[in-house]
Amino acid sequence: MNNIIGYTFVVLGLMFDIIGCIGLIRLPDVYNRLQATTKCVTMGTCSILFGTLIIKGFTATGLKAFLCILFLLLTAPVAAHALSRGAHISGVKLWDKSVCDKYEEDK
Amino acid sequence: MISRLILFVIGFFIWTMLSWPPDLQHAIIGVIVAAFVAFITGDLFTSRPANFAHITRYLWFVYYVPVFLWECFKANIDVALRVLNPKMPIKPGIVKVKTSLKSDTALTFLANSITLTPGTFCVDISRKEGVLYIHWINVKSTDTEQATKLIVEKFERILKRIFE
Repeated sequence: MNNIIGYTFVVLGLMFDIIGCIGLIRLPDVYNRLQATTKCVTMGTCSILFGTLIIKGFTATGLKAFLCILFLLLTAPVAAHALSRGAHISGVKLWDKSVCDKYEEDK
Repeated sequence: MISRLILFVIGFFIWTMLSWPPDLQHAIIGVIVAAFVAFITGDLFTSRPANFAHITRYLWFVYYVPVFLWECFKANIDVALRVLNPKMPIKPGIVKVKTSLKSDTALTFLANSITLTPGTFCVDISRKEGVLYIHWINVKSTDTEQATKLIVEKFERILKRIFE
């Protein structure tokens, strides 16, 4: 039973990872691409790790997977934040059809 | 000093989990390493160690986790649908939102939560004015007040009780 639930999470995670990668290619500018990669890839990878935790239980492997989830949730948004801020400060423009850019106005 | 002690306990706990199953060798190394890290970076860890003694903060944190995970899950479905839709219904832009949170930890958690939830991520924070700049994949309102209500409020309410 644990195996079935675990593998469901792993497959779900892989699906989200693939969607994240498709988003990386399809979306127009740096910021939108970061949207797809941070959200889908974080959730996808966490889901895979969570599946591992369920399959393995609270053993050496499972606990490490659990810790990886925590670290990923704490660090992935920080990386996205740093990348987007860096991109904006070094002058990367938003997509043509963007609605507004309050950050540029306030500089 | 108390700050260092808390960091030591957390560090040693994480070390034990990483080197599971526990044995004497790992425990000794863990104590040395955790003590070293706590000694070097202890005073940076928290400025108000008294907060760690408040039970209600932990209870609010336990409540925060499922709220956050549910928002995170919705975010993924939302972004995934936008990516897979052949017309790509996106309307991106950077909006400005206000926050009343002051402490570093609270702001970090707020920014992280915003980044992992529906179509929004944090570009920059100005702590002096209490302003966050948010990139929104589907801008519903360019007005600061309205955007604040839509993006920040649901987390702010809980985070204020945990970290402030």
